[in-house]
Amino acid sequence: MTDLVIIGGGPAGMSAAVAAYESGVRDILMLERDEHLGGILQQCIHNGFGLHRFGEELTGPEYAWKYEKIIQELGIPVKYRTMVLSVTPGRIITAANEEEGIFSIQAGAVILCMGCRERPRGALNIAGTRPAGIYSAGTAQKLVNQKGCLPGREAVILGSGDIGLIMARRMTLEGARVKAVCELMPYSGGLARNIEQCLRDFNIPLLLSHTVVQIHGRKRIEGVTIAAVDENRKPLEDTREYIPCDTLLLSVGLIPENELSLMAGIEMDPVTGGALVDQDRQTSREGIFACGNVLHVHDLVDFVSQEAEIAGRSAAAYLERKPKPELSLSLAVDSRIRYTVPQRITRAEDFTVFFRVRDRYQNVRLNLLDRGNVIYTARKPRMTPGEMESIRMRKEFLHQGAELKLELEPEQKL
Amino acid sequence: MTERKITCIICPMGCSITVKSEGARITEISGNTCRRGAAYAEAEITHPERTLTTTMRCDNGERLPVKTDRPIPKEKMMDCMELIDSCTASLPVSIGDILLADVFGSNIVATANKQES
Repeated sequence: MTDLVIIGGGPAGMSAAVAAYESGVRDILMLERDEHLGGILQQCIHNGFGLHRFGEELTGPEYAWKYEKIIQELGIPVKYRTMVLSVTPGRIITAANEEEGIFSIQAGAVILCMGCRERPRGALNIAGTRPAGIYSAGTAQKLVNQKGCLPGREAVILGSGDIGLIMARRMTLEGARVKAVCELMPYSGGLARNIEQCLRDFNIPLLLSHTVVQIHGRKRIEGVTIAAVDENRKPLEDTREYIPCDTLLLSVGLIPENELSLMAGIEMDPVTGGALVDQDRQTSREGIFACGNVLHVHDLVDFVSQEAEIAGRSAAAYLERKPKPELSLSLAVDSRIRYTVPQRITRAEDFTVFFRVRDRYQNVRLNLLDRGNVIYTARKPRMTPGEMESIRMRKEFLHQGAELKLELEPEQKL
Repeated sequence: MTERKITCIICPMGCSITVKSEGARITEISGNTCRRGAAYAEAEITHPERTLTTTMRCDNGERLPVKTDRPIPKEKMMDCMELIDSCTASLPVSIGDILLADVFGSNIVATANKQES
């Protein structure tokens, strides 16, 4: 029996472990499939991390080190090169590694911190051949930054999420030529700062409302055909253009990695691709918590750390006194809001609700309704799907029988 | 008078800053939400700078992530890449160790710990 088992030693797992320890849990075990802590941060060698959390601009490995150091100092045990194979609803974890073979642990509480993975080519239905030279942006990032290999000399990037933008700069600095970044949507999902410093600085064209419609080449990719798309994202035939290249990078979205959550019979949110959780980040299975990108994909690691602290503290409270739910409320949203985290509320207390919007809006009024009556309003100058938004939920809004709904009233849709 | 719109890269907010100038003299900076934004916009007009992050070869063949510990002139980024590529880091290295001193007004420092292996 182990009090708390944390699955995954990336930013969420590290922050959850530290928070749980600080809340009094001493019997903690972290399970990590890689050889080191830090997860994806180790390959994100660019800077821009930590401004919220630490008030300074750090690279990924530097951000990871801040937590790694604390975990070392606290003496929290980590099993490396350990793959978790299953989690049961009763919190029995089965894992495997080279030294111990297959083994099981009964956990008092579990925090799921498995992160997310990249959407692959197979999910995109791009026509053409299946040659070498097509990489997800994160794979290319690992090759360049950790293995010291440049995946190609002439690249096209599909998708303008932050990883794609970062890789456009990285490939350019290493001597490759990035011919274009194509974005299906009429706007980029990446941060404005990354469009500036990763594309404009190097004169890399960003083609909005464009996509790759065909991949050419037999053994190695030789080129792609791109095309502009109409407002329904359908390619326009007469805009087809061939671009020769030896590499195609895909930065087309991230998918929370929830195979273990499904095995544990955890109720999922089809929109986030992660578990349905309450304000404590507790899932539908008692004593199993989830945080970070396995719960919903975050824009900034700082927010992952923050969310993991909630899960770490909540797991500690669960182990200490098994608090019973006081309430059973769900939080509804209108069609302009894609999702909220948490989705359900089990206690009357102040907490922050995070949410994402479906489109770009200007001069927005955000209303919180209870049984159709507005009980709280906030204004925001601008909201975009690429940026996580938040609203503070107050204790006094929360009572059994409340029918809460979050609603957006934009003055203008961009 | 000339007017330039700049996207601030200091933090994830990415403010759109407008800089008005007459000749070499900046007359107005607007649209920023913090002081660092104003300083960035001014530098961007007069002498654009960037922090460079990349990797350096290690003596055991692995890669070590490194950065310039302060921003360097933007036009020197490729020169700086070449300089870093011509060097090899001797392990072990600790985070913050200076690997190359005084290049383009900055030091090249390690951003991760690396043991010999």
